[in-house]
Amino acid sequence: MSKHRIIIEPGTENSNYWKDLWNYRGLFYFLAWRDILVRYKQTAIGVVWSVIRPLLTIMVMAFFGWLFKSKIPEGVPRLVFVAAATLPWQFFASSFSETSNSLISNSNLLTKVYFPRLIVPASTVIVCLIDFFVSFVILVVLMIVFRFMPDIKILALPLFLLLALVTAMGTGLYIAALNVKYRDFRYLIPFIVQFGLYVSPIAFSSNEIYSNERIPQIVKYIYSCNPMVGVIDGFRWCILGGNTPLYSTGFFVSIAISFLFLFLGIWYFRKMEKSFADVI
Amino acid sequence: MMSDIIIKVEHISKSYILKHQNTESYTALRDVITNKAKGLFKPSSKVSNIKSEEFWALNDVSFDVNRGDRLGIIGRNGAGKSTLLKVLSRIVTPTKGRITIDGRVASLLEVGTGFHPELSGRENIFLNGSILGMSRDEIKSKFDEIVAFSEVEKFLDTPVKRYSSGMYVRLAFAVAAHLDPEILIVDEVLAVGDAEFQKKCLGKMKDVSSQGRTVLFVSHNMSAVRNLCDKAILLNKGCVHKQGAVDVVMDEYLNSKEAGRLSGKYVTGNTNENDVKLMKAEMFDSMNNIQDQFEINENITIKFTINCARKVPNLYAYVAVKNNQEDLLIESDSMDFLPNIFDSMKEGLNEYSIQINANLLAVGDYILYLSLASSYSDNFLVETPGDILRFTVVDSITERGHNRRAFTSHLLKWEMI
Repeated sequence: MSKHRIIIEPGTENSNYWKDLWNYRGLFYFLAWRDILVRYKQTAIGVVWSVIRPLLTIMVMAFFGWLFKSKIPEGVPRLVFVAAATLPWQFFASSFSETSNSLISNSNLLTKVYFPRLIVPASTVIVCLIDFFVSFVILVVLMIVFRFMPDIKILALPLFLLLALVTAMGTGLYIAALNVKYRDFRYLIPFIVQFGLYVSPIAFSSNEIYSNERIPQIVKYIYSCNPMVGVIDGFRWCILGGNTPLYSTGFFVSIAISFLFLFLGIWYFRKMEKSFADVI
Repeated sequence: MMSDIIIKVEHISKSYILKHQNTESYTALRDVITNKAKGLFKPSSKVSNIKSEEFWALNDVSFDVNRGDRLGIIGRNGAGKSTLLKVLSRIVTPTKGRITIDGRVASLLEVGTGFHPELSGRENIFLNGSILGMSRDEIKSKFDEIVAFSEVEKFLDTPVKRYSSGMYVRLAFAVAAHLDPEILIVDEVLAVGDAEFQKKCLGKMKDVSSQGRTVLFVSHNMSAVRNLCDKAILLNKGCVHKQGAVDVVMDEYLNSKEAGRLSGKYVTGNTNENDVKLMKAEMFDSMNNIQDQFEINENITIKFTINCARKVPNLYAYVAVKNNQEDLLIESDSMDFLPNIFDSMKEGLNEYSIQINANLLAVGDYILYLSLASSYSDNFLVETPGDILRFTVVDSITERGHNRRAFTSHLLKWEMI
């Protein structure tokens, strides 16, 4: 009889939070399923959109990299080099912006039903993950066209995908919770995404930043604080094989920042969660 | 076992901060920063000049619900009914107090929560079901029942954005009606759809509650509450005004001046999507004055103003007059005798009148119920205003006066031959 005992009190932590989250996994699955079904409804070319956007970005970024003679590891085709960075970046950008807006766009659910609110942003990320897998075809095709063979390190790729997910989730959760109260973030998000494309190593390699003596040390530190630097360097390390060194200090700073964001994101989200229905 | 407490509500209060001059519910970061900055320069003075005011939507509410109870929650608009349901469904947290619930709760605060217009009926059944807390297997096993109840078999694979509003509501309610929790919390959801379907829903709700399920039900439809519930709570300005058996609480509500919603005049301001909607209803005495109190020997004239946005075929009106015990004293349709005057309804405002003859109703309080309906209501939204007017019949003219116990006020003609 008391197996479903619920106690509602102000201010107390819900000790069953994570268990609740597990109990509501069905809803998580259905929300993700809904978003996937709806994503390309009433579009003429449908899922092709998730290939076209990264493809065009890859081409433009590769062109700029070539134009400004950015150095790339020997034996690696430039398109493959850029693609290995663009794909995780696109995944981050879309999951970050969509999780940030997920609470607002599901406000009708928030005000009418109870469920652990974490489900909404989490299910949004899944949709972006599917898009990522679809767009990954680009990289595979490019590798085949350029007859580029990755080595054993490619097996570590899922780890870095997980890191990208952690980064997107952490930052997304934080902004999503803020967005409920301060709609300013609606305008800030597209800017962050656009800005990030230029300051992350997509057209160039991190190697060029770290080994350039004209760049002051402090800028290098700031550069490595961008969590996507770690993710992208990791992706390149896995995909491009032996010729791509991994800069350990900067890399670990990036990873630490990613997890810091995840921690902060979950903490702030849970703190604000209870008032979502009141303020949204 | 039958009388153990399943929901224990102890001193629940919920306050909201009302910010005047601030129409949006969310804050702009800009305001926060500027206010904080102002605070830096004049730390002693009041930081914000926005007037804020605490508003207690619920104030020290306590009650117990036993397993198997069917509890109606009644009160005027703004009495805190919906807030109470939101707190009980864990959507908002209370400011003070404590609630203990022993059982699986499903709450239905809106019909079709989470319906996605782009998805088909079939997909929405699964989506809505899972939002309401059903597992995938549960939905699968009840799928055929849900479809049969909703009567939309033919359109299962059509996106719901192409549905008529009637179909949409039917599908949404069908899903909700097949929830299987220990405790069911329902807010004013029966106020939609046509009269026929409302009846069906009410029947389904009654089935649900007769299976020993605990039901908490908010409605303005008094006959629905009386029909469905055995206990009731009357809320007034966030406090429990009265609780107990449904008849006792209901009488208190109907008799209190707080019932204000019902009087000799009914006016609605909002024009919603209804194709046909009652805008105004007024009662007139024999001198053509607006009244809600009549002598037994007076003819009572009731005038309706009905807005017609789109012509509805076979539309007819139904009027019932009930006493406080919900006994039906008069039932009449506009098509009792053909032609039905509603057939010639024009788009725009239409006026109709009915008359209750003198020396018919006995002394007492009455409620006038109006419904507009059509056998073709499938693709049309016809409002069912329900209980709209409340009036009193008095007798200050005869010698016996209020001591007459008869069901009618018919007076015999006395003659000496």
